[in-house]
Amino acid sequence: MAYSEKVMDHFANPRNVGEMLEADGIGEVGNPKCGDIMKMYIKVKDNVITDVKFKTFGCGAAIATSSMATELIKGKTIDEALKLTNKAVMEALDGLPPVKIHCSVLAEQAIKSAIADYYTKKGINPTPIVGEIPCCDHEHGSCNCVE
Amino acid sequence: MEKIIYADNAATTSVSKIALNAMLPFYESQFGNPSSVYLLGQAAKKAIEDAREIIASCLGSNSNEIFFTSCGSESNNWAIKGVAHNLIKKGKNHIITSKFEHHAVLHPIKSLEKEGFSVTYLDVHEDGIIRVAELEQAITDKTALVTVMYANNEIGTIQPIKEIGNICRKHKVLFHTDAVQAVGNIKIDVNDQNIDMLSISAHKFHGPKGVGALYVRRGIALDQLIEGGAQERGRRAGTENVAGIVGMAAALKVACDGMIKREEKLTAMRDKLIENLSKIEYSRLNGHRTKRLAGNVNMSFNGIEGESLLLMLESKGICASSGSACTSGSLDPSHVLLAIGLPHEIAHGSLRLSLSDENSMDDVDYIIDVLPPIVEKLRSMSPLWEKIIAKNK
Repeated sequence: MAYSEKVMDHFANPRNVGEMLEADGIGEVGNPKCGDIMKMYIKVKDNVITDVKFKTFGCGAAIATSSMATELIKGKTIDEALKLTNKAVMEALDGLPPVKIHCSVLAEQAIKSAIADYYTKKGINPTPIVGEIPCCDHEHGSCNCVE
Repeated sequence: MEKIIYADNAATTSVSKIALNAMLPFYESQFGNPSSVYLLGQAAKKAIEDAREIIASCLGSNSNEIFFTSCGSESNNWAIKGVAHNLIKKGKNHIITSKFEHHAVLHPIKSLEKEGFSVTYLDVHEDGIIRVAELEQAITDKTALVTVMYANNEIGTIQPIKEIGNICRKHKVLFHTDAVQAVGNIKIDVNDQNIDMLSISAHKFHGPKGVGALYVRRGIALDQLIEGGAQERGRRAGTENVAGIVGMAAALKVACDGMIKREEKLTAMRDKLIENLSKIEYSRLNGHRTKRLAGNVNMSFNGIEGESLLLMLESKGICASSGSACTSGSLDPSHVLLAIGLPHEIAHGSLRLSLSDENSMDDVDYIIDVLPPIVEKLRSMSPLWEKIIAKNK
């Protein structure tokens, strides 16, 4: 697997890895059957993501994209975080092999899922703000993730 | 990286010095085409025939039953398609194989299925071994071929080849075995074991890549796969890979001569790895504990994914492989691990270590030292591990 130096750095030395006690929002995407799960924790103050943590079960790219995504949203407003695309995560890592692009999609979804949970906890319906988050990003029927 | 421990010998092996030295003259002064009439060509021809003798003697066959090919995959394709296309003329349209064959067997069979052949895929059970009673039940008067691998490439399990051969002989059905992982590691006697066809690949026993062979019992008609020349007694066209063939024979001779001693050494290393790695909680050995290749260890570690495990092992200088989807190039983990009944999420966390004579007990000790903390580190960042622990509390 031809990973960039940045991917290998974030894989070997992941930033913001771990759990968070009393998180304001927790998002989890992916499925063990597909071989990757990302869990993201956020702390929010005055609409700003003041802290973020992640845990990931997955390949090198899954761990690296989670790590990079947490770096990219830390200190940002929720609006800014929602604008983070998988493409931006990939570019920040100097690219990913084509078969690993879905890992960056998962990272984007993990952030959205954590923000959705934050809104839900506050009693606000997240769907109009965050949108729908699919169970996984594989083409319909191409993977076995639905039990 | 200071130290490299190569523990992926089921993927490929290094070319031994003996094989390399045997090959070099055929790239330099002895470059002639074996089909040429002058001495330079005839010398190459003789080298090929000498190699054929050596390979035949390692398998207990006659030299005129050995045909050189470009690789194990070609041998498998030729044996399977060659028999199928020949016997369909006699109305035989059924093939029996196992669920965990190499893709070089499964894919040609899939294409035969599209042509109208019916196929029985034998269960390989939790231990990774077919049951001969189930094979016998599957045979019909339409059965053209039974093809069952000698030893599995991922989990190393060894099939009851002699019993399979006996049953096929009893029912007058041809028996092919993909022995790519077994040749050079296990004593083979094609007559004693009633094997009709057998595939070989040189680079699995310290020979070069790009050369293989197919043993075909005398009298078996195979449709041709590669047409266009009279080489290999008119059955497989293409100018012979002289250096490769010579290197394959040299490597196989070394492998067969040293088999017993090497098996002892590899078994001790394998068993120490299995014993120690099994101490990691929520781990499991894949495949039968003892009916497996002497150098094969295949373990799953719950809660982690194989590719990240391999990357971390590489950072410690260890080359290994995994059956995770990320290393299989598809969305599904290895079909071998699914065939022995592993759930997807456990199959994703598998690790294969395959040893050769070039490994030492020091390598084993190093792996035993380095692996558990890596598993622990990956688990500490895995939300799946969190769930496994919570569920089992």
